[in-house]
Amino acid sequence: MADKVPEWGSASQPRQPDTLSAQPQRNAAVSPALAKALIGLGALATIASTFLAWTWTTSFPGDLSVTGYPGGNQVITLVVGVLLLVALGTAYGLPGLRWLAPRGHVRLLRGLALAGAVSTWYILLAVAIELNGIANWVTGSWVALTATALPVAGAFLLADDRHEAARPPAALPRWAQTVIILAAIISAMFIADYGITTSFTEEFIGFALAVGLAAWGLNSSGVLARLTELNARNRVATSAAAFAAALLFVFLQTSDQYNTIADDILIFATVALGLNIVVGLAGLLDLGYVAFLGVGAYSAALVSGAASSRFAHTALPFWAQILIGVGVSIIAGVIIGAPTLRLRGDYLAIVTLGFGEIFRIVVNNLNGVSGPSLTNGPEGVYGVPDLSLFGYDFGKPHVLFGVTFGKFGNYYLLLLVAMAIVVFIYARVNESRLGRAWVAIREDETAAEAMGIHGYRFKLLAFALGASLAGFAGTINAHLLNTVTPDQYMFSASSPPNSAFLLAAVVLGGMGTISGPLLGASLLYLVPAKFEFFQNKQLLLFGLALILMMRFRPEGLVPNKRRQLEFHEEEVAEAEAHAVAEADASEAEAVA
Amino acid sequence: MALLEVRDLHVAYGKIEAVKGISFEVEQGQVVTLIGTNGAGKTTTLRTISGLLRPAAGRIMFDGKTIQNTPAHQIVSMGLAHSPEGRHIFPRMTIEENLLLGAYLRKDAAGIAEDVSNAYSMFPILGERRSQAAGTLSGGEQQMLAMARALMCRPRLLMLDEPSMGLSPIMMKQIMDTITQLKSSGTTILLVEQNAQAALSLADQGHVLEVGRIALSGRGADLLHDEQVRKTYLGEE
Repeated sequence: MADKVPEWGSASQPRQPDTLSAQPQRNAAVSPALAKALIGLGALATIASTFLAWTWTTSFPGDLSVTGYPGGNQVITLVVGVLLLVALGTAYGLPGLRWLAPRGHVRLLRGLALAGAVSTWYILLAVAIELNGIANWVTGSWVALTATALPVAGAFLLADDRHEAARPPAALPRWAQTVIILAAIISAMFIADYGITTSFTEEFIGFALAVGLAAWGLNSSGVLARLTELNARNRVATSAAAFAAALLFVFLQTSDQYNTIADDILIFATVALGLNIVVGLAGLLDLGYVAFLGVGAYSAALVSGAASSRFAHTALPFWAQILIGVGVSIIAGVIIGAPTLRLRGDYLAIVTLGFGEIFRIVVNNLNGVSGPSLTNGPEGVYGVPDLSLFGYDFGKPHVLFGVTFGKFGNYYLLLLVAMAIVVFIYARVNESRLGRAWVAIREDETAAEAMGIHGYRFKLLAFALGASLAGFAGTINAHLLNTVTPDQYMFSASSPPNSAFLLAAVVLGGMGTISGPLLGASLLYLVPAKFEFFQNKQLLLFGLALILMMRFRPEGLVPNKRRQLEFHEEEVAEAEAHAVAEADASEAEAVA
Repeated sequence: MALLEVRDLHVAYGKIEAVKGISFEVEQGQVVTLIGTNGAGKTTTLRTISGLLRPAAGRIMFDGKTIQNTPAHQIVSMGLAHSPEGRHIFPRMTIEENLLLGAYLRKDAAGIAEDVSNAYSMFPILGERRSQAAGTLSGGEQQMLAMARALMCRPRLLMLDEPSMGLSPIMMKQIMDTITQLKSSGTTILLVEQNAQAALSLADQGHVLEVGRIALSGRGADLLHDEQVRKTYLGEE
């Protein structure tokens, strides 16, 4: 495996020029030195401005009225200002920092400068509008306004230096790679934590603007691609670091209010990852996937000893509930899959869409009146007891390592383990013979059959495995919510998890990857939850966002290499042909 | 006993019968070719033998076993490889991944690795581009990959469907040379071709298909000199 990955700077790779400054400065209106000075000055002034008051009254949420230390959104501006200084280091070619901008530093500077300016101006504008007039601005506001504008001017005065990614001079030592991965993941976790805990809408929008623009800068400077490459080459270290960072979250964040959100995200992301096996690996479009979550949840709730359950006196241990939930989900998956997976194309999507709705309507009707008494109809099964594993009652607060864990903190730990299990299964399956067979079927089923791969059997297996993972998550979800009702499992609703959002999380995040659906699920949960003021227009905006996404980045936020090829076949083919031609040329030179 | 024996094979798409009762044999070590114009039923015959289509009537025996109702994936495991028309490589997988999928049913890692390196020495261009996506190869290179991939299951009978289709004359010659090379190494081949000249000159046995029936059979060299064949398929007056 390792020999297939080209080493950085190895002879087989055509060397790209390492010096970024070697690029000719085209169409520069002012000298680059002046532009850089403008950025530096602006960044310093930006940092300084966050220590000033931005308004005189505390009535604007987040308290921007304090001189001496940053508060509210000033923290975001401060962080962006510091990052801007670091990025400026890449522009001056400081040793070590050049690693941050393999594809050119100007886009990085532009992204960060815009991030600082747009989010700061947004907040200042919000102050002016909500408090009726720019009279509510104080000296600090004007300083911030000007200070954040300077880097934007400077960055756009610099000529764009985007170029092919430069190869790092040498492979970094193992420990350095691990440190970088750990740092990147912990920063990502802190950013996510900040997003989750923003307490008012203006703060979240300012945050989202800054993160979005900064991400654009980081992406187009090539540093994200470089991190992805690092992650791909240190899979175990990355997974361990991500797990550690996620664990850290719950130790830093003990408020049950935010842990509820985190729990929901974990459930949503776990189920999305399960769906990614079906959609991303095997290429089967499943539009009713949430039903399997429901099957698992109902199965577990019915035998959990809940008073409203048909089997109120049956209180099986949790492991038995998991077995039953997973087992029933697999049976449901096979029942749906067996007749439909013989067909190719869109038939499956239609049947699964129907199945999702049938499930919801059936459990709605199994109330003893419109049908046999099983699920208690629309009221659902309520009073599902909290889990108790090895004497650890998940419903009661516990103190671990000096930190108090409330109910949702307890479940967070359990869900983290559940997610780790699903990630592990996904990763193992992806690299196995089974995974290769799925990819072959997805690419060309006829050819796969000609290779001796039994298409139908493997598709059914993918369907059953996907169903079982959702069922597994469902068993935990029943206990977390204490209630299982039919309307939790719809095709589409304004909040996740539902089949439409699950599919969107997979597609938005990046089909066939692990981090893609996790990222997609987090965003799809967080963004609607934080934009509550849009109310019933949420789905409209959601649709708009999906259309834009499909237009500009159809391979998802975290692209799978193979899918990227699918959407950018020509560019990639060109790049490869170019690389081959160059290699040929250098060979010819060597011969001569 | 012949390695492959096809007896009175009928294949229909709905009501339209594409193959109307053909019979032929492929002996161990032979190269047998089916030639004919478009719609003669050549590809349909191959797809039926490899289990991708089901016959309406007739019998297919491979190595003494009846296989006309055996699923495609089991037929592959019996040692009958099919390099389908239009190549059907996996375009977004690398060349190496394509080859490894060809050996999907095998479990001997050492043997597979050996066969991969054999494939690279037979087709050096594939070795040079092993980690490149297969879809970025030229048509001729893709055909080489399709053949190399079919060989990866160490087939006892290799079925090639129109390997020269859409290729430049130079590429076509290279592909035909490869088939000759495979023949001399003892591989049994059932070759379907529109390029009758090239196919007949290397085949031991040839069958001319016309609208679902075998119109003419004989040794490759004999058919090549047959007046009727020369007029109809080789464009000679």
